[in-house]
Amino acid sequence: MKKKSWIRKNLFANAWSSLATIVFAVLVVAYLPGLLNWMVVQAVFGPNVDACQAARGTGACWGVIAEKWRLIVFGRYPHLEQWRPALATVLLLGLLFASCVRKFWTLWLVPAWIVVWVVFFWLMHGGLGLSVVPTDQWGGLPLTIMLSTIAIAGAFPLSIFVALGRRSKLPAIRTLCTVYIELVRGVPLVSILFMASFLFPLFMPVGKSPDVLIRVIVGLILFWAAYLAETVRGGLQAIPKGQLEAAASVGLGYWQTQRKVVLPQALAIVVPAVVNTFIAIFKDTSLVTIVSLYELTGALSIALNSDANWRPFKIEGYLFIAALYFTFCFAMSRYSLWVEKQVHHG
Amino acid sequence: MRRPSARKRWSWRSQAFRGLLWQVVAVLLVGFAVWFLAHNTLENMRARGIQSGFDFLKGPAGFDIGESLIPYDALDPYWKAFLVGILNTLRVAIIGIGVATLFGTLLGIGRFSANAIVRGLCYAYTETFRNVPILLQLLFWYLVFTEVLPPVAEPVSVGPFLLSKAGFSFPWWVEGRWSVPAPGAFSMEGGASATPEFMAVLMGLVFYTSAFIGEIVRAGIAAVPKGQVEAASALGLPRGLQVRKVILPQALRVIIPPLTSQYLNITKNSSLAVAIGYPDVVSIANTSLNNTGRAVECISIIMLVYLVTSLSTALFMNWYNKRVAIQER
Amino acid sequence: MAEPIILFEKVNKWFDGFHVLKDIDLQVAAGERIVICGPSGSGKSTLIRCVNRLEEHQEGRLVVDGVELGDDVKAIEQVRRNVGMVFQQFNLFPHMTVLENLTLAPVYVARKPKAEAEANAMKQLERVRIAEQAHKYPLQLSGGQQQRVAIARALCLTPHIMLFDEPTSALDPEMINEVLEVMIELAGQGMTMVCVTHEMGFAKAVADRVIFMDAGQIVEQAPPEEFFSNPKSDRTKDFLSKILGH
Repeated sequence: MKKKSWIRKNLFANAWSSLATIVFAVLVVAYLPGLLNWMVVQAVFGPNVDACQAARGTGACWGVIAEKWRLIVFGRYPHLEQWRPALATVLLLGLLFASCVRKFWTLWLVPAWIVVWVVFFWLMHGGLGLSVVPTDQWGGLPLTIMLSTIAIAGAFPLSIFVALGRRSKLPAIRTLCTVYIELVRGVPLVSILFMASFLFPLFMPVGKSPDVLIRVIVGLILFWAAYLAETVRGGLQAIPKGQLEAAASVGLGYWQTQRKVVLPQALAIVVPAVVNTFIAIFKDTSLVTIVSLYELTGALSIALNSDANWRPFKIEGYLFIAALYFTFCFAMSRYSLWVEKQVHHG
Repeated sequence: MRRPSARKRWSWRSQAFRGLLWQVVAVLLVGFAVWFLAHNTLENMRARGIQSGFDFLKGPAGFDIGESLIPYDALDPYWKAFLVGILNTLRVAIIGIGVATLFGTLLGIGRFSANAIVRGLCYAYTETFRNVPILLQLLFWYLVFTEVLPPVAEPVSVGPFLLSKAGFSFPWWVEGRWSVPAPGAFSMEGGASATPEFMAVLMGLVFYTSAFIGEIVRAGIAAVPKGQVEAASALGLPRGLQVRKVILPQALRVIIPPLTSQYLNITKNSSLAVAIGYPDVVSIANTSLNNTGRAVECISIIMLVYLVTSLSTALFMNWYNKRVAIQER
Repeated sequence: MAEPIILFEKVNKWFDGFHVLKDIDLQVAAGERIVICGPSGSGKSTLIRCVNRLEEHQEGRLVVDGVELGDDVKAIEQVRRNVGMVFQQFNLFPHMTVLENLTLAPVYVARKPKAEAEANAMKQLERVRIAEQAHKYPLQLSGGQQQRVAIARALCLTPHIMLFDEPTSALDPEMINEVLEVMIELAGQGMTMVCVTHEMGFAKAVADRVIFMDAGQIVEQAPPEEFFSNPKSDRTKDFLSKILGH
C-alpha cells in the first residue's frame, strides 16, 4: 500500500509528471538494451585486439584497459619499478585520509607529513639503493595525486598569510595581497602553467633552471593559494569582533591573537570549503598535460597514441579515467558534506 | 567639525612606526623579488639572444587560422591573429554562458520536480559531470566528433540539424531566406556549421559548468523560506506565477554572486581550447610564442586579455547584483 | 586625593567626524568603584574602552596605573596586563575549555608556568563559584555562568583595575543576580572598578560615585545617595525618570 501511494505521489502526481514518467519509460525501452548490449553483452573484456576489432561499433572494448592499464595508471615509469609509485601513493593517500579524521588533528600531523613526503620522493626518485628514475618518466595516477596533494599542502599555509594580509590594517600589505589575489584569480590556470613552462626558466639566474616538475609545482601553489586565501578570508570574516577585543583586553599581541583565537575558529569553519577546493585542484591537475607532464589524462594519450592497434579504443580509455576521477571526487565531496554537517552541529 | 589627526610620537616602540616598518619590509621584499626576476630575465634573454618588445605584432603572422569571425589570412599581421583569437574566445565563452545558464537553470528547477525520475536524473547529471575534469570532457567530445560520428556524407540527423565529422550543422538565414544544410561531397552545403573544435569546447564548457550552475540554482531556490511559497499559494497564485513572481526574485539574490564566478570560470576554462586546437587567444599566443620565441610578450597578452574580461565581467555582475538587491528595500 | 589610578584630562575622540567624547575630565582613585550610566550612544562604552585602548583617543591625556596611553606598544601592553575587562557579550573563546580560556593570557602574555597558571585559574573559578565547570566549553554553560567565567578570566592576570561594559545587559533576568553578586563581592575586596551599567540597585549598593553621561560629555557625577535623591541636571532627571519610572 505504502509503495503504491509513493508511486502515485512521485511518478503520477499530475499530468506533467505522468508524461515525464511515460517519456522516460519509452526512452528506457528504446535505448537501454542497446546501451547494455554495447557496454556488457557484446563487449570484449580480455586484452584481445582481434576480438576488439571484430566487435567495433557493436560492443565496447574494455580489453584496452586490461592491456594498457599499467601505462595508463603509471605513465612511462619503468615497468619493473612500478611497485615504488604504487607504494608511495598508498602512503600519501593513507596520510591524506588520516588527516581527514578529526581525531588526528594534532601537531603530530606536521612531522608525519614531512616524513611521508621524504619517503614519497625517495621511492619515486630513487637513490640509497633504489635505481634513479628521472622526473620526466613520472606519470599517471601517482603524479596526479602527488601534484594535487603538494599543491594544497603548499598553498594552504601560504593562503593563510595572504588572507590575513588582505584583512590587515596596514594599507601597503593589504594592497599587495589584494592585487596578488585578484590578478591570479583573473587569469586561467593554463596561462600560469605556460608561465611555469616558458617563463620560469628565464626568471632564474642564467644556467640555473629548475626541473619542469618543480616549476609546475611552484605555479600550482601560487595559483591555488589565491583561491584558498579567499576561502580562508571567508572564515576570518565569520569571527565576531568581540573575540579580537577579548584577546586584546587580556594582552595578546597580533600574532598570538591570530594563532590562538582567530585561526583555530576560522579554519574549522572553512574545512568543507577547503575540501571542495581540493576537489577542484585534483580535477584541474589534468591541465598539466598541456605542458607535457603525463599525469592520468596525459598518460592515456601516451598509452594509446603510439599503438595503432589500440588507438581506436580511446573512448573506452577516457570512460575508464573518467570513472577513476569520479570515484575520487565524489568520495571527497561526500566527505565535505559530512564535515559541513559536523560543523553545523558542533 | 574637523577630526584632528592624533599626534603621533615617533619612537621605535610606537604602533605607527611598527606598522610602517612592516609595510616597508613587505614592499622591499616584493620589490626585490620583482627586480631579481626582471634582472634574470633580461640576462637570460641577452645570453640566449632572445629579442624582446611588442614590435613583432606588426609583422606578418604567417600561419592560417581554422575559423575566424573577421577576414584573416596568413599574410595578416600578428595583432590581427590575436584579435581573431580574442574574438573566438569571446564567441565560445558568450555562447557557453548562455547555453549553460539555460541548462543549469532547468537542472536546478528539476531538482524540485514532483516527478522522482526527473529529480533523480538531474541529481545524477550534476554529480557525474562536475566530478570529472573539464579537460577530460573536452577531449572526450572532441574524440566523439572526430572518431565516433559518421563522415559528412552520411550525417546523423535530428530534423534539420546534422551531426557529422564536419561538426554541427543547422539551418540559418542566408541571403533573405532560410537555408537548410545538406551533405555535400566534402563538406556540408547550405545552412551554417560549427566546427568540431568549437563544438567540443562548447560542449565541454556547457556540460561541466551547467552542473555547477544547477547546484547554485538549487541552493538559491532552497534558500527561499517555505513560508513564502505558502503565502503565495494562500493568495491563490498559480504555480507558474509563484515561481516567476515570488521564488525567482528572491532566489536570484542568493544565486547571482556564485553565478558570476561560474561565468568567469567559463571564460577562463575556454583557454583549454589549446588542448584540441580551437583557435582561441591562448592557442594563437601559443603558436606565436613557438614561431617568434617572445614568451614574455605572448603570455602577457594572454593574461591581459583574461584580466580585462574577468574584471569587466565582475564589474558588470556587481552592478547587476546591486540593482537586484536595491529593489528589496 | 592621592595620585589617581585613572586620569582623563581633556580627552576627545571622534569616529569619522562624529564627536563621541568631548573634553572628558575624570579622576578615579585606587580602590574606588565607579558606575557610569547614560542613554545609548552617550559615549559611556567608548569611555571605558579607551582605558585599555580598545579605542584610541585623539586629543588629551589619559594615564592609567601610572602609564600614559598613546601610540607606544609597550605602554599598551603594560596597561592591558593591569586592566581586566568584562564584555556585554562575554566574548569567551568558544574553541577552548573554561580552564584554557583562563590560562591563555597568563601562559602566553605573562609567561607563567602552566601548572601555576592552572592553579591560579582554579582559584579564580572558585572565587566566582564555578570551579566544577572548568573542563566544559563555554557554549555548554548558561549566560550567567559564562559571564562569571569571563570575570574569572579577567581576574587571572591579577589586574589593578576592572572594567565592566554592560555586563548584565545580554543576560536573561533570572541570571542577572548571580553575576551582580560576584561583582559586589569583588567590590568588597577593594578592587578598583569602573562599570557601565543600568543596574541602579548595584550602583546604590556598591558605587562610591555615579557618573551620568550624555552626548559625549560627563553631565553629572555624585555619590549614589545624592545622585538618585537629588539629581541636579534636567538631563539626569529625565534619564532617571525613564529607567526608574515604572
